[in-house]
Amino acid sequence: MRFADAARAGLTDAGARRARRRAAAERAGQAGMDGGPPGRELLRQAGAAIRDRTLRELGTHLRTLETAVRDEGGAVHWARDAAEARLVVSGLLPAGDVPGLVASDVTREIGLDGPPAGPHARTAVIGAAFLVAETGSLVVADEGLAFPRTVIAVAGIEDVVPRWSDLEVLLRLLPAAGGLPAAVSTRTGGLQLVLVDNGRTRALADETGRAALRCIHCGACRDVCPVYERAGPRPYGPGPAGPIGAVLVPLRRGVEGAMEASLPFASTLCGACADVCPVKIDIPGLLVELRGRVVDSRRRRPVPTPEALLMRGVAWAMTDEGRYERTLARRARWARLFARDGRIVWLPGPLGRWTQARDLPAPPRQTFRAWWRRRA
Amino acid sequence: MNARAEILAKVRAATGAHRVRGDMAAPGAVTARADQAGSAVAGGAGARPAPESVLPRPGDQRPNGLRGRPRRPRGQVVTLFAERVAARRCVLRHVTADEIAVTMAAMLWAIDAASVAVPAGLPGAWTAGLEGVRLLPGDPVSGPAPEADAAVTGCRLAIAETGTVVLDGGRGQGRRALSLAPPHHLCVVHADQIVGTVRDAIDRLDPYRPLTWLSEAPPGHTLRVLLAEG
Repeated sequence: MRFADAARAGLTDAGARRARRRAAAERAGQAGMDGGPPGRELLRQAGAAIRDRTLRELGTHLRTLETAVRDEGGAVHWARDAAEARLVVSGLLPAGDVPGLVASDVTREIGLDGPPAGPHARTAVIGAAFLVAETGSLVVADEGLAFPRTVIAVAGIEDVVPRWSDLEVLLRLLPAAGGLPAAVSTRTGGLQLVLVDNGRTRALADETGRAALRCIHCGACRDVCPVYERAGPRPYGPGPAGPIGAVLVPLRRGVEGAMEASLPFASTLCGACADVCPVKIDIPGLLVELRGRVVDSRRRRPVPTPEALLMRGVAWAMTDEGRYERTLARRARWARLFARDGRIVWLPGPLGRWTQARDLPAPPRQTFRAWWRRRA
Repeated sequence: MNARAEILAKVRAATGAHRVRGDMAAPGAVTARADQAGSAVAGGAGARPAPESVLPRPGDQRPNGLRGRPRRPRGQVVTLFAERVAARRCVLRHVTADEIAVTMAAMLWAIDAASVAVPAGLPGAWTAGLEGVRLLPGDPVSGPAPEADAAVTGCRLAIAETGTVVLDGGRGQGRRALSLAPPHHLCVVHADQIVGTVRDAIDRLDPYRPLTWLSEAPPGHTLRVLLAEG
């Protein structure tokens, strides 16, 4: 379903919207100062550099991680897509055991659900925050975690971090307010680790789009996004909600589907997300790039979209001066027919969707060119 | 092709320029581990190799691009820690080492705790002043008795700049579940356990131990810190 259609139902839920705004304000307020604590900019630069380097050498780090996890008595399992990931996870669960779940972007993406993990859960399926390659450690930013005997960790292949010391930077970037997350747990040894691709290699192969995989799932872009505040998480589909989801989902799955093609347009391009992103992902820039790809992919369709037809008409009219002037005069006359008191507030047919939310001034009787000629 | 081979092949194709490095890395990594193992043997047989990044490094430049800041004086570190803990909605009490038992008893009395989970290895003196409170020793395998009203633990270290206490499951700390299950957690921090920065903490902590970093009490729980000086 397209974003706009999926969002419609949630728009009337003022209570949920207020709750989202309050939660976001609370998270931001913990900083207590504008722009975060001193040194934040340096941290962001270091964070972006660590993530970029990791992605450039991802194959190396994945292999190091696999070796380290194995050396510590665990095992690494690989899943090409969401269905395979669910299958692998269910195959790892001890029979008859109801596992607790520590949810994350990845567990939501592959459609895992279950009761939240309590302190006494014997088995838990855990969405990882980071995986440290050199030590084979699982890192989770969560308080509800007792690290039970059997841990099945689920992570995207990009969630790997090369060195233990990189945590010094990345953990401090997780809360928008600076400092450290309320709780962090790490565990090394005995991990059943499920690494999920699900389109990440497609995004990795994308020279422009690769930067989106820097994401450390902090949620800061959600908290500042005016579109997310109104629409809520559901219209973003199975990927992460908020601006980063509008970038990552089309990058991972291509822009051919209706939902994927609508996501890059689910933004006002206000730029707040890029300002807060701890790893400096240029989300608005990527959205614009993806919008271009959506338009390009539709160029090849046998039946052109209404916008494409309109633009072709405009191009035809504007490539010839005489044609341009005649079209302008004719269209202006038509447009004045719909004007009331100098404003156009209603247009017929598909054009009416524009005037549902906006009006525009009636064109003047005389065009600028006609006026200019008469002066001279 | 199985999932592993397919995904790794796609990663290699996607990061094309680094293909050679990626393929060379496996033997290189093995050599690095072997070197570390060699140096670790000097520290004691059977010791785990330290991860590359926490070994001493030449110069002060971190591999992650951050430059170390000058060390704060000891007194400032302790003051900063106390300030940050108080700012993060946790209760903090300054005590001298021989006041721990009395303060502990008063704090447990104030929260009306009838039973307290204590981890193995907790200094007996800390809970010596308790009257009418049941001590439930934390079982190292199955965790605490679920009915405990509070847990008393020490910590591995504490971080001043973020007001964080870090537990590593060692003596006097118990499993993670022990401090998490009861609604109240009293944590004793000795002033000399406080390090200045997250960087200092990362350097000192053992990645092979189960670590829990607490900067705020989880929702519905409280965290009380007894800061023992002298």
